[in-house]
Amino acid sequence: MIPELGHFALILALLVAIVQSTLPLAGAAIGEPRLMALARPAARAQFVLVVVAFACLAASFAGNDFSVQNVATNSNSELPLHYRLAATWGSHEGSLLLWTLMLAGWTFAVTLFSRNLPPVLLSRVIAVMGLISVGFLLFLLFTSNPFERLVPPAPEGNDLNPLLQDPGMVIHPPMLYMGYVGFSVAFAFAIAALLGGRLDATWARWSRPWTTVAWAFLTIGIALGSGWAYYTLGWGGWWFWDPVENASFMPWLTGTALIHSLAVTEKRGAFKSWTVLLAIVAFSLSLLGTFLVRSGVLTSVHAFATDPARGVFILVFLALVVGGSLALFAYRAGKVGLGGMFGVVSRESALLANNILLIVAMASVLLGTLYPLFLDALNLGKISVGPPYFDAVFYPLLAPALFLMGVGPAARWSQASVPGLWTRLRWAFGVAVAAALILPFTLGRWSPLVAAGLFLALWIATSSFVNLYGRVTSSHRPGLVAKIAANSPSYYGMLLAHLGVAVFIAGVTLVKGYETEQDVRLDVGQSVAVGGYEFKFLGVQPGPGPNYRALTGTVEVRRDGRQLETLRPEKRIYNASGQTMTIAAIDVGVLGDRYVSLGEPLVENDVSGAWSVRVYLKPFIDWIWGGAFLMALGGFVAICDRRYRLAVRRRTESIAAGPGSAAAAD
Amino acid sequence: MMRVLRWSIPLGIFVVLVAFLWVGLSRDPREVPSPLIGKPAPAFRLSKLHAPNETLGAADLKGTVWLLNVWASWCVSCRVEHPLLVQLAQQNIVPVYGLDYKDQPAAGRAWLTQHGDPYAVSIVDLDGRVGIDYGVYGVPETFVIDKTGIVRYKQIGPITPEALRDKILPLVRELQR
Repeated sequence: MIPELGHFALILALLVAIVQSTLPLAGAAIGEPRLMALARPAARAQFVLVVVAFACLAASFAGNDFSVQNVATNSNSELPLHYRLAATWGSHEGSLLLWTLMLAGWTFAVTLFSRNLPPVLLSRVIAVMGLISVGFLLFLLFTSNPFERLVPPAPEGNDLNPLLQDPGMVIHPPMLYMGYVGFSVAFAFAIAALLGGRLDATWARWSRPWTTVAWAFLTIGIALGSGWAYYTLGWGGWWFWDPVENASFMPWLTGTALIHSLAVTEKRGAFKSWTVLLAIVAFSLSLLGTFLVRSGVLTSVHAFATDPARGVFILVFLALVVGGSLALFAYRAGKVGLGGMFGVVSRESALLANNILLIVAMASVLLGTLYPLFLDALNLGKISVGPPYFDAVFYPLLAPALFLMGVGPAARWSQASVPGLWTRLRWAFGVAVAAALILPFTLGRWSPLVAAGLFLALWIATSSFVNLYGRVTSSHRPGLVAKIAANSPSYYGMLLAHLGVAVFIAGVTLVKGYETEQDVRLDVGQSVAVGGYEFKFLGVQPGPGPNYRALTGTVEVRRDGRQLETLRPEKRIYNASGQTMTIAAIDVGVLGDRYVSLGEPLVENDVSGAWSVRVYLKPFIDWIWGGAFLMALGGFVAICDRRYRLAVRRRTESIAAGPGSAAAAD
Repeated sequence: MMRVLRWSIPLGIFVVLVAFLWVGLSRDPREVPSPLIGKPAPAFRLSKLHAPNETLGAADLKGTVWLLNVWASWCVSCRVEHPLLVQLAQQNIVPVYGLDYKDQPAAGRAWLTQHGDPYAVSIVDLDGRVGIDYGVYGVPETFVIDKTGIVRYKQIGPITPEALRDKILPLVRELQR
């Protein structure tokens, strides 16, 4: 009964979505307020219906209803409750339902927080989001029904993929999808603006907070996925340039460009059509990511469910949505104008250069991801693209972009001068260069790549500090607190996010430069010394888990004879599927991780004897994720800015005052 | 007119992209049979991963049914199929030979220590030349080769439990008769 209820709610949601996407759009075209007014209630009704459908699926998982195919293939009665609930989005069908839920949720949020938008714009935005929802609901109902019954019911479920039975994997997909789908709001605003033919600073101001929030969630989602790979794949890597990782990284790069481009459009009225294009591209890449993951055109560790028929559906949908919006862009973009002029040396130029580097970097990732497919389609042969390509192409593109992060915030809008910039930034530059040259010696070994990476990280940090110092000292308010408070949250958000990038770069550089690994065979009681630490292997004990059998190793970590930590790496053999999983044991530290994972017993099936054990020292690796979370935090701080709320209320004034009026804030 | 053309560049790029994706879909790597099937397995002679002074060639394996599994330590999808291969090796049904594709031998050896070594012998294809002869799309791939050295089946992507149970093992048993 519950699955049928969920199925029915989905069908109703589709009908409501059709209303939501057509009538308000027609109303906006002919200027009929009653049709436009339908947008908001329809979007809310759709949200409620999708929530009901999702809750029904979750209830089927929680209640072990193995008469539902989806539950029978992706869950098991031994699976703990939190993983049963997470299994709701562990399958292809369930993850699409989560996608749809997120979309409905974002649309619902638009209906709540855009009360003062002009009705024509609001109805168009909601209708565009409704159109996307129609596509996904059709996809769910016709090719991937999550509520499909299984006759006769299975006595027991197949179990959730063990790779997904992990706390990180419980929250990773929702975060990632919040980000992916969140770009649909910026996309809908862009399409609505193209339809209306009006693109101005207020439009950018409305889009900005939505884009920033989506970007922050995407950042968290990617960081969680990378952290998960680090501790579950058992060999200490944190990024693999796997097609599915790339699929989430491309929207992130484009979204980063979009955030900066929106800032220029809001402050200076420039880059209008470029901003609109980025908004379209960011969401298109989210859709493309869904296509790549779900269609099976590329083989990947993450492609859990693939089916060519589904691929065709998503491709047609992709062609309609993206092709349609790019055609609209081609037709309308020329009419929105190019916006203000700016000098060769100016903040606009720095941001434009940054934008271009980010987009070229995105294109290089896209090319690397699709290259095997291109060559195959052209019968030019078969190749596989691995980390060597990405390392060679990506880092050189990113380095100048990172350097510009120091220059951009210091440059004046419209016209800056190189000598002026030099005067403001010379101390930051000098300190960064000196520290980057000296620091590698204190860490052990000097290498040009480490020095270069550290320079970029330090340069971003020192130039941000100089910027903040300049802002605070030039404030006319009395008292330090008042001086600090004089700057807007969006300014502090920017600083935090930039500092996050600096922390991230420092982490990547140091872990690449100084990580050590030892792959050793250890008898019970034997020790190995790695980088000043002593790892003593005390053997492996078998033991039960909720839905697996575990082999747990015990490794004592000592330094200078003093015991620091006991690590317990595991091998798990899952009961239902018989699959094995390696769970590394990690002693996390700000200055670096000590990482131990079990290989295989030396004598087959003799688990109590000697084992091959992998020991890593990963200096500063947690800075990678710490940096990512700082970036996301910066995004959340930035949207607390009062002007996003005031701007909505006072939109008529700000249009009259023009884009220059708010130029002081960022 | 020129103006509309200029703004159409993104659309143009997208159309090309969709065309490729469309072709890519119809060439689903898991569905298209390899042109090698029914033909002799391409000859090779490569040094062994664990004994670099010794070599192994396809010709040495005439008279046995064997699997050639293409893998690499940098290949993430290989981790998915690997436990299955380890299991298969323990059952002693058919020998599996590993082709360590475009990989550092040291990294390859370390990877096998970590994840278990199901291979009768692993050979090293440093520059990927043998991989090209075998039409390797991406790693992992697995070939079933019969007693006379004819390629009988090719699995592209990780071996799934279903593919092993329904296709590879029945075929191996038939060929071993």
